Amino acid sequence: MSNKPLAPAIEGWFTLDDQPQLIGSQCCACSTYFFPKQSRYCKNPDCDSTEFREVPLSRTGRIWSYTNACYQPPAPFVAAEPFEPYTIAAVTLEEEQMTVLGQVVTGVAVTDLKVGMEMELVLEPLHETEEDIKMTWKWRPLANQGGQH
Amino acid sequence: MSNEIAIIGAGMHPWGKWGHNFVEYGVAAAREALADAGIHWREVKFVSGGATVRCGYPGYVAGATFAQALGWQGCEVNTSYAACASGSQALAAARNKILAGECEVALVVGADTTPKGFLAPAGGYRPEDPDWLRFYLGITNPTYFALYARRRMDVYGDTLEDFAAVKVKNSLIGSKNPRARYRKCFTAEDVAASAMVADPLRLMDICATSDGGAALIVCSLDYARRIGKGDAPRVAAISTVTPSFASAVVEMPDIATDSAAAAGIEAHSFRAALPVKAYEEAGIGPEDVDVAEVYDLSTALELDWIEDLQLTPRGEAAQWLRRGDTAVGGKMPVNPSGGLACFGEAVPAQALAQVCELTWQLRGMCGDRQVEGARVGITANQGLFGHGSSVIVKR
Repeated sequence: MSNKPLAPAIEGWFTLDDQPQLIGSQCCACSTYFFPKQSRYCKNPDCDSTEFREVPLSRTGRIWSYTNACYQPPAPFVAAEPFEPYTIAAVTLEEEQMTVLGQVVTGVAVTDLKVGMEMELVLEPLHETEEDIKMTWKWRPLANQGGQH
Repeated sequence: MSNEIAIIGAGMHPWGKWGHNFVEYGVAAAREALADAGIHWREVKFVSGGATVRCGYPGYVAGATFAQALGWQGCEVNTSYAACASGSQALAAARNKILAGECEVALVVGADTTPKGFLAPAGGYRPEDPDWLRFYLGITNPTYFALYARRRMDVYGDTLEDFAAVKVKNSLIGSKNPRARYRKCFTAEDVAASAMVADPLRLMDICATSDGGAALIVCSLDYARRIGKGDAPRVAAISTVTPSFASAVVEMPDIATDSAAAAGIEAHSFRAALPVKAYEEAGIGPEDVDVAEVYDLSTALELDWIEDLQLTPRGEAAQWLRRGDTAVGGKMPVNPSGGLACFGEAVPAQALAQVCELTWQLRGMCGDRQVEGARVGITANQGLFGHGSSVIVKR
């Protein structure tokens, strides 16, 4: 990895600290969470609020399901040369009662995962540009529960 | 008052990768349906087309395009876009017109020429578009199908062999369907030898995209009786409901589900909701169904649909599959056409192709593929952006 500066792949979608969190929004009237952020109208059919606050989402959750990508996706995905397959997980956040997709950290295979396993959010490179390294959120098995790799 | 309409004609252009203009497929399907109904094109007073968007021309793959190709004759026209459910919405528009007494006979038609290669989003940097965003993050269409498949394995104990068995079942019956694109009988070994795309799904677990066209001639029950087709299969229900907030399942192209955190909000499965309205409208239940055509975008998804249609208890579809119960000759035959596994997806035509198959099944015209004594059939499909449908045909 080069020593280029780190930059978020998508501005404003997650914090960049040691304990990164996705940044969502929450309806001020009915408490529904949104990720990606929603700030104009509430999608709860019983709520017509237009006021939202930005909130960091839970850093941990449990696997709803998981898979991998064995073939290189088309653009706008930016693939490394040669393409390296990666693992993907859908993780359910208990407080928010929502499931969020993301890649799983490098080095963890489908065979390392199971529905219900606890995962935490971390940041890893998505791809490099000429100026910087674009970082994204990824899921990593929480230590001490058998996510060996 | 009955809300039923009769299906007096059905037609299809064979599915394939022909590379011709889609209008040709739609015209061929429409002419076959007209001949099947035994009526002249000029008797059609309403043309309802399934639409899709190609190259920025939303009005091109449309009802009027087919009406012109068949020869302008001054009928009224409609175009419906609802992703994979486009054909069902077009059928619903025709039914409304007929039940309102504004026309007696309608042509419902859909056809497509699918572009080669991956269906990829438009370029630029557009993170506000969920379809652009998920590709940027490395989430493709097979990702979603594979998430559903893997969850079945971990929660219900389904196996790779079960998924392969769906392909084997559908390719065996599809090999007897002259309209299917793939007519080879694949074995479990063939599936296992195909490349892994998104674990646990291999290339042969996932449906292709195809060219094809399908058409129906539908009419009032009174008109059907007048031309001696009073016993034709009838459309008994059409469900095109939206999902209910909050979504329980992460759906293409979204990166997350809705949140069900608000008071009074529960998580709902869209697929499971689609047939509920259809059963209510038809006044029947899953126990009355003789045959089903479901949207097997993947082999594993066929098993999800069987449970979503309540044809088996939740989590038991693979057991039915293993016993042969979901094959033609079994107690709940699913996809006697061969399904998307043998056809590949031609989006604006696919929901109509499902109804064509049920029409032929209910007439007892399917030869080696025939479900004996079929009198009630149901379709189900789901597409992008909260579109989906379920149609019940009965005799």
